[in-house]
Amino acid sequence: MTHTRRLHLKTLPLILVSIVLGPLGNVFLGKAMKGSAIAHFSSLSDLLAIALRVLASGYLWLGIACLLGFFIVHMLLLTWADYSYVQPAGSLSYLSISVLSYLLLGEVVSPLRWLGVIVICVGVFVVGRTAPSTTPAATGVL
Amino acid sequence: MLEAVLFFFIVVAGTGGELCVSRAMKSVGEIHDFRPRALLRFLIQSARLPWMWLGIALMTLGFFSLLTLLSFQEVSFVVPVSALSYAAGAFGAKAFLGERISAHRWLGIAIVCLGVTIVWWSRK
Repeated sequence: MTHTRRLHLKTLPLILVSIVLGPLGNVFLGKAMKGSAIAHFSSLSDLLAIALRVLASGYLWLGIACLLGFFIVHMLLLTWADYSYVQPAGSLSYLSISVLSYLLLGEVVSPLRWLGVIVICVGVFVVGRTAPSTTPAATGVL
Repeated sequence: MLEAVLFFFIVVAGTGGELCVSRAMKSVGEIHDFRPRALLRFLIQSARLPWMWLGIALMTLGFFSLLTLLSFQEVSFVVPVSALSYAAGAFGAKAFLGERISAHRWLGIAIVCLGVTIVWWSRK
C-alpha cells in the first residue's frame, strides 16, 4: 500500500468525525441554551440563577465535550495532512450543521438558507485552495 | 440590535482572539520536539506571553456571546453567519500579522460573505 493511500485511509474517517463532531457540539450547546432567556435577565441574581440552570444542563457539557473532541481530532488531522487539505473538507461542516439542526432540534431550514449554506461551503472551499502560508516561519524553534 | 452586537463579538472577538494566539505562537516558534518535557516548556513559554492571555480572553468573550445568541436564535442560522470570521480573519491577518492575502483567497472570502448574506435573508 502506498504512503498516500495509507494517509487517505487514516485521514478520511477522521475528517468525517470532525465534520460531525464540531456541528454536533454546537447543536448540543443550542439545545442547552434554548429557552434559557439568558439574554433577557432583569437583575444580577436573575442572571446568576439562569447561568446556574444552564451549567446544570447535561447538554452544555456534552456540547463542550464534542467541541473538545473536535479540537483534538482537528489537531491530529493537521499533524498528518496539509492545512490546505483539511480546511476545505471542513467546509462540509456547514452542511452537516443544517442537517443536524433539522434532525435533532427540529429546526426548519428553508431553501434560501440551504442555498446560503452551499454558497458558504463553496467560498470556504475556494479559500482552502489557496497557499496555506504566506509568511516566513518564525526563527525561534522549540 | 442585541443580535448584531452578539454576532459582532462572535466574529470580531473570536477572530481577534485567534489572531492574538496566532501571534503568540509565531513568536514562540515551530515545535519539532513532541516529548512531554519539550511540550511543557512550550506551554510555559506560551503562558508568559501577554498576547496568549489577551487571545484567550477574547475567545472566551466570543464563546459566551455564541451561547447567549443560541438561547434565542436557531443553530442553523447562527453557525453559518459566524462564517463571517473568514472575512474578519483575512482583514486581521493582513493588518495584524502582515500576511499577504491573494486575489484567489479574497474571491473565496467574497463568496463566503455572499453566502452569509443569503443565510441572513432567511432569518425568521
